[in-house]
Amino acid sequence: MSTLARLRRWIGKHLVLGLGLLVLVYTFVPIAVVVLMSFNNNSKSKNVYKFQDFTWNNWLHPFKPGGMKDSVILSIEIALLATLVATILGTLAAFALSRHKFVGRRAANLIIFLPMASPEIVMGSSLLALFVSRGFGGQLGFVTILIAHVMFCLSFVIVTVKARLSGLDDNLEQAAMDLYANEVQTFWRVTFPLVLPGIIGAALLSFSLSFDDFIITNLNAGQEVTFPMFVYGANQRGVPMQVNVIGTAMFVIAIAIVLGNEIFRRRQEKALAA
Amino acid sequence: MTSTAGIAPANPHDTAAPAPRGRKLTGYWLILPAALWLGVFFVIPFYSLVSSSLFDPNGSVLTGYDMTWHFANYFDAINDYKAQLWRSIWYAGIATLACLVIGYVLAYAIAFKAGRWKNLMLVLVIAPFFTSFLLRTLSWKLILADDGWVVGFAQTIHLTNLLNFIGLTGTDDRLLATPFAVIAGLTYNFLPFMVLPLYASLEKIDVRLIEASSDLYASPIRGFFKVTFPLSLPGVVAGTLLTFIPAAGDYINATLLGNTNTKMVGNVIQSLFTTQGDYAAAGALSVTLMAIIVGLVLVYVRTSGTEDLV
Repeated sequence: MSTLARLRRWIGKHLVLGLGLLVLVYTFVPIAVVVLMSFNNNSKSKNVYKFQDFTWNNWLHPFKPGGMKDSVILSIEIALLATLVATILGTLAAFALSRHKFVGRRAANLIIFLPMASPEIVMGSSLLALFVSRGFGGQLGFVTILIAHVMFCLSFVIVTVKARLSGLDDNLEQAAMDLYANEVQTFWRVTFPLVLPGIIGAALLSFSLSFDDFIITNLNAGQEVTFPMFVYGANQRGVPMQVNVIGTAMFVIAIAIVLGNEIFRRRQEKALAA
Repeated sequence: MTSTAGIAPANPHDTAAPAPRGRKLTGYWLILPAALWLGVFFVIPFYSLVSSSLFDPNGSVLTGYDMTWHFANYFDAINDYKAQLWRSIWYAGIATLACLVIGYVLAYAIAFKAGRWKNLMLVLVIAPFFTSFLLRTLSWKLILADDGWVVGFAQTIHLTNLLNFIGLTGTDDRLLATPFAVIAGLTYNFLPFMVLPLYASLEKIDVRLIEASSDLYASPIRGFFKVTFPLSLPGVVAGTLLTFIPAAGDYINATLLGNTNTKMVGNVIQSLFTTQGDYAAAGALSVTLMAIIVGLVLVYVRTSGTEDLV
């Protein structure tokens, strides 16, 4: 076979994979920009979003811009609480949907699917209309943001945990019962540890969705300012480069947790296969 | 843990004894809290939105609104903002098509070509979600900046002229602050919503069917369009919906990457609610957007013939 023909075959075999990898690279370009801009010294011109000079200062003083620290703390508080509530309620619902038969399951599945397929602006304005019509228009703030975040995180938690549950081999639970474990023991010793990676994944997803949400939050926040709202507001007068420090840090932490969770899951699978 | 192979078949029906009475209700108790939350804070708010869209438009946040079944709100809202409504559908449509093409390549590569890197590539697909959506959108300001190499390259290959010709950019050779930039931002931001459902349905395809088509002398391209693509249709439908719907309601890309002539319906709804306090018009516009989307989805799902999405 000539070199040219071999080259052509090699390209034919790897073309799609190469193009796919190219698409992945494309999705990471903006993240690279966020990391790059976290080292940017924009003191020359605040209004231009452009790399001007290298500096460590943004990382040394991440909370220098006024109001940013409070917005980050608020976003973390809300994300933690929303994640906790959504993960608990969502996990219970996922067990109900995949382990129990009951009337209205189809309707429940539909209502869980709909929030993922509705535009955020419509969900946000609906919630605002509800709060205002019930006389809570003047009390928008922490609680209303939290309510909204739990609402849109729930569907994602249910879907993620359900996927993990449906992939489970129920022979393991049967085996535990055959070995005289009672239901409670079976659940906590067998079922729960097996579902745990799914629950952790769902919690992580919730946290990111909540921390990142702008459209729904902006409508229901009242006077409170979350981190995305801070960025959006700062855009008009020039974004402080420290926001990219927060963005980079969040990314690194999340990736570390994802990898840790994946390693945990693999070990568990290996242990089961042994 | 030891092998379960010898134990499980021994008496698999042992545990399937008739459940005590209370057990039948367990399912309801487990789902109740989540169902209540979604019912009260997702379903009921739609009702509030529809009723606020029929308020007397002369009310204000301070004096309160009267419910007057004022259907004229809808005509006014559509009349005043038809440009933004149309633009939202149009931008979201182009972005969805672009996502389909780009996303299909990636999903196909992961499903059939990635081998043992499959899981890692899937994690990488969702990894961008872990940086803020707003920050990633802001990044495009730098990437598409006037003196950046993307604009330079686009000028060299006369892409800017082509884009100007089809009306997506202006005559000044810029990419930023044009409809093109908004659509590029939407495409970028919603791509993972396209890739994941596409991957899920490509992964289910029996590879032997594709091999059979090539055994029957179909060229790879013919085999793709006659076998692979039709079998992946459920993923195509789910992916296009999950991309189009959030894109049509988005206004962050239009605000950060566009100009005053690229405002989408989300921009209008947001400012009617928050800065102008015109709840009646905002409600009417929001319901209209939802109705247009539901209408498009129904037509689309019917013509593509996949009705069991949920």
